Amino acid sequence: MIRKLTMIQAITEAMDQKMAEDSRVMLLGEDIGVNGGVFRATEDLIHKYGATRVVDTPLSEAGMIGAAIGLAMNGLIPVVEIQFLAFIYPGFEQIVSHAARMRYRTRGQYHVPMVIRTPYGAGIRGPELHSESVETFFAHVPGLKVVAPSTPYDAKGLLIAAMEDPDPVIFLEPTKLYRAFKEEVPEEMYCVPIGKAKVVREGTDISIFAWGAMLRVAEEAAKRIEREQGASCEVVDLRTIYPLDRDAIVQSIKKTGRAVVVHEAHKTAGMGAEIISIINDEALIYLKAPVKRITGFDVPVPQFSIEDDYLPTPARVMSGIVETLTF
Amino acid sequence: MSSLYQVLTPAGELTAAIDGRLDESMMINMYEQMVRVRLFDRKSIHLQRQGRMGTYAPFEGQEASQVGSALALKPGDWLFPTYRDHAAAIVHGQSMARVFLYWMGHMEGSISPKGLNIMPPCVPIATQMVHAVGTAWASKLQNEQHVSLAYFGDGATSEGDFHEALNFAGVFQTPTIFFCQNNGYAISVPFSQQSASKTIAQRAAAYDIPGVRIDGNDIFAVWLTMQEAVERALNGQGPTLIEAVTFRYGAHTTADDPKKYRDQEKLAKEWRSERDPIQRLRTFLVRRGLWNDAKEAELIARANEQIDAALAEAESYPKSRPEDMFKHVYAEPTWMAVEQEGELAKPAKKEDIPA
Ligand SMILES: Cc1ncc(C[n+]2csc(CCOP(=O)(O)OP(=O)(O)O)c2C)c(N)n1
Repeated sequence: MIRKLTMIQAITEAMDQKMAEDSRVMLLGEDIGVNGGVFRATEDLIHKYGATRVVDTPLSEAGMIGAAIGLAMNGLIPVVEIQFLAFIYPGFEQIVSHAARMRYRTRGQYHVPMVIRTPYGAGIRGPELHSESVETFFAHVPGLKVVAPSTPYDAKGLLIAAMEDPDPVIFLEPTKLYRAFKEEVPEEMYCVPIGKAKVVREGTDISIFAWGAMLRVAEEAAKRIEREQGASCEVVDLRTIYPLDRDAIVQSIKKTGRAVVVHEAHKTAGMGAEIISIINDEALIYLKAPVKRITGFDVPVPQFSIEDDYLPTPARVMSGIVETLTF
Repeated sequence: MSSLYQVLTPAGELTAAIDGRLDESMMINMYEQMVRVRLFDRKSIHLQRQGRMGTYAPFEGQEASQVGSALALKPGDWLFPTYRDHAAAIVHGQSMARVFLYWMGHMEGSISPKGLNIMPPCVPIATQMVHAVGTAWASKLQNEQHVSLAYFGDGATSEGDFHEALNFAGVFQTPTIFFCQNNGYAISVPFSQQSASKTIAQRAAAYDIPGVRIDGNDIFAVWLTMQEAVERALNGQGPTLIEAVTFRYGAHTTADDPKKYRDQEKLAKEWRSERDPIQRLRTFLVRRGLWNDAKEAELIARANEQIDAALAEAESYPKSRPEDMFKHVYAEPTWMAVEQEGELAKPAKKEDIPA
């Protein structure tokens, strides 16, 4: 039977199945118990697994992330929910100074198998500080893995992989896609490997690299360029932001010789710069045009009256593609 | 320690003499302000439902705490609200039109009126508390007779910033007033699960500053307590932590469903019928011959007119333009920003397909 789920349902299922299978997995967060999380990602799990495994913590990100580090070092697999990415900052020190470095500092004696899940990104008309996409902060810190799915199928598989990963994983969930569409998601447990990109659309003229909610924008732009300009676009969903799938990036460039990177994070020092640097290092001689970045701007994500103007649109991506193709 | 300081009982009777500390015009003003902001709050929820406003955080039930505390401020004092303290901001002089604008997704909604220091609603929990220490500290260093008032909820007391703020304020004896509206819940989490300490006021002891627990639905208690805290602050005697025990009748925000985590009907009904801040003051004023139905009708008409005018003003405010997002990021725009602003203009219309 074909079973279609939204991304949020796929995420809930990943946690549910993992908790059923492995009694070490526990969830911590604000409002995740009785309330099921502000986006309902943990809906009903407290009824299934009880309040010692699905824990409504006091309102303290440093508290829950710090405690999760200890829990993880001492045999459990905590999955922490941060209500919105911008509220991770009180716990930032714990992530950067401790979660990321514990294995290193103890020369491998201790490690921190934990997952920090958080909605991120704009486009949902959220209030101030509910729409940030600052994945670079985490990608910059050695010791962390950073993942951002763009489909329900990947969300389930990547989250299971994250819960099985021996290292701390920052799991970024594109808020805009939580309920945007449904797709077929297998009922059984499966992993989508962390660190592997996916070519979601084959093409020969240009590569478009994206992740999270921007994948949909990239696909839309690719479709329209093909229809209206006849150029063949390859779309690559990076899926993991750290470690980047270098081979997939280079393979695609070898095929197309041109690329644009699309991300909603601010442009300067965003991951686009890193991707271009990889291309320079590994595939410069295949390039027929400079690689362009279509990104959010170097401004705070604006209030929702002009939030859509901040985000890359298919039209903006299309002009980038055209500029690259006609260089 | 867990006893509540109360002056006006829910039945509208005085528990203690207020001996000249509160005059009749002040009492009427308190009442009028509470009614006005309650109507504003209800209007906002309607606007959100009609799609004319974004997600909104209602405060109904907390009017005595917000109005009573803000009334104790003077121009020049610093007010640090959270996303739920628009009543306090309005009472201290923020225009209703600006508050509407903020919730309609415009940054201009948090511009403070000239001469007043009303900070933008603080979204991250507890962070504004430390700022209120800083502004108060500066007032003290510069010999200005001003206090800083930081609002926060019971949930905020679990964040590190709460403790750091209290500690700093205690060490530097800053004229800061920490005003907690303990409305029983941080979204869905009840205070009993937020903290093992019985009260928030008792936390003050750890920092050796005065801590008071008051009936937050009793505007007289709120105002009198604030008066003392302000006096102490201005006399160089440092900060005060006030825990005002209150309740929010409605949802955490318009995006939340309180039925999921509390017996909404029962609790809200109980608080409304037994402890409502507006009702008790009305009873008191009517009994004293200071208020009647005619005055009430006139007040409601006046308030609605004012709210409608504010709404008209907010809705006719010029639409934000995409280029506005580049303004005020730095004093001088960086080359990156200038270039990016140009990029924004590239496709003439968003859906324009490049040639
Ligand atoms: C640092 C941070 N973490 C989480 C949130 C999400 N959040 C917004 S309001 C809220 C509950 C706050 O409760 P409380 O401090 O009691 O204030 P109240 O809403 O009851 O007025 C939470 C968890 C946030 N805004 N900031």
